[in-house]
Amino acid sequence: MLRPSLEAATAAETPAPSAGAVLKDLAQRYGLIAMLLVMPVAFGIHDLGTDGDLSRLGNNLVAGLSNGAIWALVALGYTLVYGIIELINFAHGDVFMIGSFVAAGFWATLGLTTQTGTAGIFFGLLVTLVVAMLACGVLNVMIERVAYRPLRNAPKLAPLITAVGFSFILQNVGLLWLGGSPEGVANLVQQQKTVFEVGGVVVSRGDALAVLVTIPLVLAATTFISRSRLGKAMRATAQDPEAARLMGINVDTTISATFLIGGILAGAAGLIFALYQTTIWYFQGFQAGLIAFTAAVMGGIGNLRGAVLGGLIIGFIQQISDNRIGGQWTPAIVFAYLVLIMTLRPQGLLGEETREAG
Amino acid sequence: MSAVAASARRIQAIPHFQRVATALAIVAAALLPFFYKSGAPFVDDATIALAYVGMALGLNLIVGFAGLLDLGYVAFFAIGAFTMGWLGSGFFSDAGEGGNGIHFFVADRLADVPGIHMNFLVVIVFAIVFTTIAGMLIGLPTLRLRGDYIAIVTLAFGEIIGRIAINGDELKLGKFPLIGGPLENVVGEGSTLTRGRQGITPVDKIDLPGVEQFVSLNLRPWYFTALAIVIIALFVNFRLRDSRLGRAWIAVREDEVAAASMGVPLVKTKLLAYGTGAAFGGLSGAFLASYLNTVNADQFQFSFSIFVLGMIILGGLGSIWGVVLGAIALSFINNNLIPDVLNTWPSKIGLDFDLTQLSFGIFGFLLVIMMVLRPEGLLPERRRQLELGEGIGTGATTGVGGAEDLYEARG
Repeated sequence: MLRPSLEAATAAETPAPSAGAVLKDLAQRYGLIAMLLVMPVAFGIHDLGTDGDLSRLGNNLVAGLSNGAIWALVALGYTLVYGIIELINFAHGDVFMIGSFVAAGFWATLGLTTQTGTAGIFFGLLVTLVVAMLACGVLNVMIERVAYRPLRNAPKLAPLITAVGFSFILQNVGLLWLGGSPEGVANLVQQQKTVFEVGGVVVSRGDALAVLVTIPLVLAATTFISRSRLGKAMRATAQDPEAARLMGINVDTTISATFLIGGILAGAAGLIFALYQTTIWYFQGFQAGLIAFTAAVMGGIGNLRGAVLGGLIIGFIQQISDNRIGGQWTPAIVFAYLVLIMTLRPQGLLGEETREAG
Repeated sequence: MSAVAASARRIQAIPHFQRVATALAIVAAALLPFFYKSGAPFVDDATIALAYVGMALGLNLIVGFAGLLDLGYVAFFAIGAFTMGWLGSGFFSDAGEGGNGIHFFVADRLADVPGIHMNFLVVIVFAIVFTTIAGMLIGLPTLRLRGDYIAIVTLAFGEIIGRIAINGDELKLGKFPLIGGPLENVVGEGSTLTRGRQGITPVDKIDLPGVEQFVSLNLRPWYFTALAIVIIALFVNFRLRDSRLGRAWIAVREDEVAAASMGVPLVKTKLLAYGTGAAFGGLSGAFLASYLNTVNADQFQFSFSIFVLGMIILGGLGSIWGVVLGAIALSFINNNLIPDVLNTWPSKIGLDFDLTQLSFGIFGFLLVIMMVLRPEGLLPERRRQLELGEGIGTGATTGVGGAEDLYEARG
């Protein structure tokens, strides 16, 4: 999914020989893309020099895309909510964390272990997926009801602060639930096992799982929003809540539905994360939330395709950084990109100029 | 208490009643430690609370006055604390000629200890300069942005600084571009930026001219130093609020576009808010580093930014006395109420967990409750109270979308 867009970007990066104004426009347009290409290109050249091929970068790309698929699911929740009520739902990352906890807790309750047969694991995980999705969806709706809806007409700072407050509350719920240190969970899908290998690039079960669960969910979500009646209502509310209300759309219900969908996607991401990383802890949501938010901003906040694209790109960057620079620097690098995006292209890769960022 | 009298005399822009109240409050605060033993835990808590008040008053300039939501204030705390760690400890053990250390107006006791040891007054000048510059740098990318985008960029900066603090033991100063070489000549070869998770400890005790060297057994001098920081912060807050710059901040907070079209220079106004606000974070940070005798990289986390922001919100955004009250209240909740009082509850009802672990969950709960029930804070600023009243009125008629343009600049 990432390859075509990256290639398109490479092609476009060649500066067009034209007047200065056009060049300036190009810099603004493609400056961010150029910045995004710095790390892959630099390490690609480095790999070619040392290993003679690009298999290491290819492995980074595969792992990056599967991580990115998780970020994409979380980022969709940010972008949906931001699109409709212009709120950075700070608690979203922690909803995702709760998703992981519910999933791990539920499959343990079902009695799934690494010894369970393939069919048992498959159906068990399917049920777990539904449970985690519903739990997070309902949780997200409840947060909206308690913390954001009463503040619909308050200054914008107010819901942002309650969102931060809820983020802390959920983190502490997680802390009480599983304690303060990362907990290992059953490696149900044997995520490290190779599915296939092409030219030294290994695709593991975890990678396959992340992508295979994410694609249908993203397609379902985007189709729902672009085709269904409720999806239309969402887009109308995002554009102009007052006009939507006058047209007979129940704005409150529509906003609740948006939170429901965001939560559902976060729940699915939580399950995949638990299966893929096989460790979960209460603090995972904070970092995931910020990474996913960066992804949403990178793609252009409010833009669904942008959120997916941003998630995949951030996943790739994160993987390169984990693998080459050291995982302890990854948050700093991701945030540096966030600042760069804000400076170079606040509307993101695919977004339109907004009031806030314009 | 001539300093108190002098500062009280200078606060002329505030009404008579407030002036008297301010003077009384400061006198009461100055007398407070004499009711306790010089090493009493209360004085310890009060000193930390005062340092937090200084920070909260600094953040109030940025968030309360200028309306720029800063979620990365911890960055300035970190920079201030590290300035103290760099310039007032044995951290750069190879600094100076032949590793003898660099000493600058410090007591004889420290005169031949390796490392860089500068007088506290010199350190705070550096801390203020560093944090002001950092504040302006952090402000730069947010100039084009508004509302919650500012919050995110500042948050990102706070996290980056926190990461650098934790992983700084991998950063060799000599490898820095341009300044690396000369810097290494001063601080010694192979020096790193921080000591990572180990933290920098011990840190020099404060050493003021004409006063005995501070010791950890007698907490009163520390308390008075913190009180002095608070008085300076209060003075700056009051004076700036009623100055041309303060009015420009409030104008920007109310409506950026209108402010710009009335001739308020946006860039200068915003950067000054970041710079001034940051300076107090640095000042209190340097003080806390010396007082706590450590620069612990793990304390510079996002939750601390929210802790300070929570003080302002609890008290009332932009309300100076509200912020003081909020800071003292949250500090008390954090240092006394949760560990000493509430923490006995879980065992009473037969549960086994440490409530201090959950302090940020409790703060989160407080933030939500405050915002839903009393968004203007405990002691609201009069202007903001009016706005909120009016905001609810117009909000009901124009709805979410229509009213947004009005509100977002206030964010």
